[in-house]
Amino acid sequence: MPLRAENVSYTYSEGTAYEMKALNDASLEIKDGEFLGLIGHTGSGKSTLIQLFNGLIRPSSGRVLFNGEDIWANGYDRRKLRFHVGLVFQYPDHQLFETTVLKDVCFGPKNKGLSDEEAKEAAIQALKHVRVSESYFEKSPFDLSGGQKRRVAIAGVLAMEPEVLILDEPTAGLDPKGRDEILDTLNEMQDTRGISVVLVSHSMEDVAKYVDRLIVMNRGEIFCDGAPKEVFRQYKELEQIGLSAPQITYLMHELKNRGMNVDENAITVEEAKKSVLDALREKR
Amino acid sequence: MIRDITIGQYYPADSLIHRLDPRTKIIGTLAYLVSLFIVNNWGYIVCTAYLAALILISKVPFKFMVKGLKALLVLLILTMAINMFLTPGRILFQWKFIHITEEGLESAGLMGLRLVYLILGASLLTLTTTPNKLTDGLERLLSPLKVFKVPVHEIAMMMSIALRFIPILLDETDKIMKAQSARGADFETGGIFKRIRAMVPLFVPLFVSAFRRANDLALAMEARCYHGGENRTQMKPLRYNRRDYIAYGIMAAALALVIVLRVILHW
Repeated sequence: MPLRAENVSYTYSEGTAYEMKALNDASLEIKDGEFLGLIGHTGSGKSTLIQLFNGLIRPSSGRVLFNGEDIWANGYDRRKLRFHVGLVFQYPDHQLFETTVLKDVCFGPKNKGLSDEEAKEAAIQALKHVRVSESYFEKSPFDLSGGQKRRVAIAGVLAMEPEVLILDEPTAGLDPKGRDEILDTLNEMQDTRGISVVLVSHSMEDVAKYVDRLIVMNRGEIFCDGAPKEVFRQYKELEQIGLSAPQITYLMHELKNRGMNVDENAITVEEAKKSVLDALREKR
Repeated sequence: MIRDITIGQYYPADSLIHRLDPRTKIIGTLAYLVSLFIVNNWGYIVCTAYLAALILISKVPFKFMVKGLKALLVLLILTMAINMFLTPGRILFQWKFIHITEEGLESAGLMGLRLVYLILGASLLTLTTTPNKLTDGLERLLSPLKVFKVPVHEIAMMMSIALRFIPILLDETDKIMKAQSARGADFETGGIFKRIRAMVPLFVPLFVSAFRRANDLALAMEARCYHGGENRTQMKPLRYNRRDYIAYGIMAAALALVIVLRVILHW
């Protein structure tokens, strides 16, 4: 079910000395089954935008539509919306509270109205999906490592079986292995469950590798929107707003400048490897 | 929602009141509070004018101050109700065991007004003074108590840490509420017991994070060799300016006026 923001603006603490315009007339549609990346400098409005998407904050102006319905219309059940549009915040510590991992993951499904048994089933499935092994189920969530906590937090939202899953920097503070595992899991879920995934990230490498479509935000506005390759082609403009292309793209540009016949728009290491090998073979 | 609580918050602006020495403001607030309890009936006009003038000079929007009152509405209503129903005197209205007296109504009104003025006056102090300056001022004002072995510096430090943590914890509460709402938590509907139970997913992460923050802060302070107040100097020692002396003059005049009104003119 598509999720759409139409000309939304949002201002924090309106009318006080702390007033801050976080979003300015942004429009965006998340299509079914899409893997969407959202990048932008700190304070560019990414977090505000994703909170608007599941009705946690109300836009100062503009509309948010889920399945064609305005989520701020009178009588719309926004609590129900949150079971369809799952949002995972950056810090797992903000949501873990139960005595055991399994109970914590059950919190969402139970709020949804599932029975204890059904909730447990959904929780176990979600935990398996994010590859938390059964030996952790009865542990306290506070005793886990950062990466495990992150998985449990994602499972806590996933267990509600949302159609759209939005994650705010799910890989911040994780080691490279943990990061890859989480992103692979997301990718796999998008494939197998057919849900849309929105990934908010600071890492150009991550978005280049996984997403189908990339949105760049700058100062509360949508700066550009397109396939990662198209977006990273404008790396000069991206640099001006404090972002960059993936490291490998710079390397490819440099190789091209030195006279090697490579595809300078490669954005992942695999692509680049293939292009370089092809170029070398050609030379021979 | 939770960000609307303005008690203890600082409102940045460039006004004469903001620039006053914190000691002046603390003493001024005390004098104002005392005068609130001295005045009766007509004296409130003086207090109203005094408070209104201060708020105007401070450049803090009145709307912002009223928001702080909202949080204390329950206390206000309770105080007024107790005064209204439990003051003996000439009975105006009676129904079963409830009776409202003329004196009760009067004292409820006065008490309510007093409380509102009290809160507005006190919040003006915190709105125009950064927590750091506030505790610096307090430390200096209380420093004579060191003679009696009162740990003045430690008390001031505890206060400044507590004040510093209020906005942080509020912010944290807001984030946790959002994270749990995203999992379908419901904080707004249901009876009192359901609501109290709904607070568990909010309070557990909040307490965990508060303890972690306290631990981190203690470590950071120790890493910088903090060892209490002895021989500690300040980067910006407090110094009185001309405007502070003028402010003291005005305060004394206002207090004197209030006392004269009450004691000599019996207003």
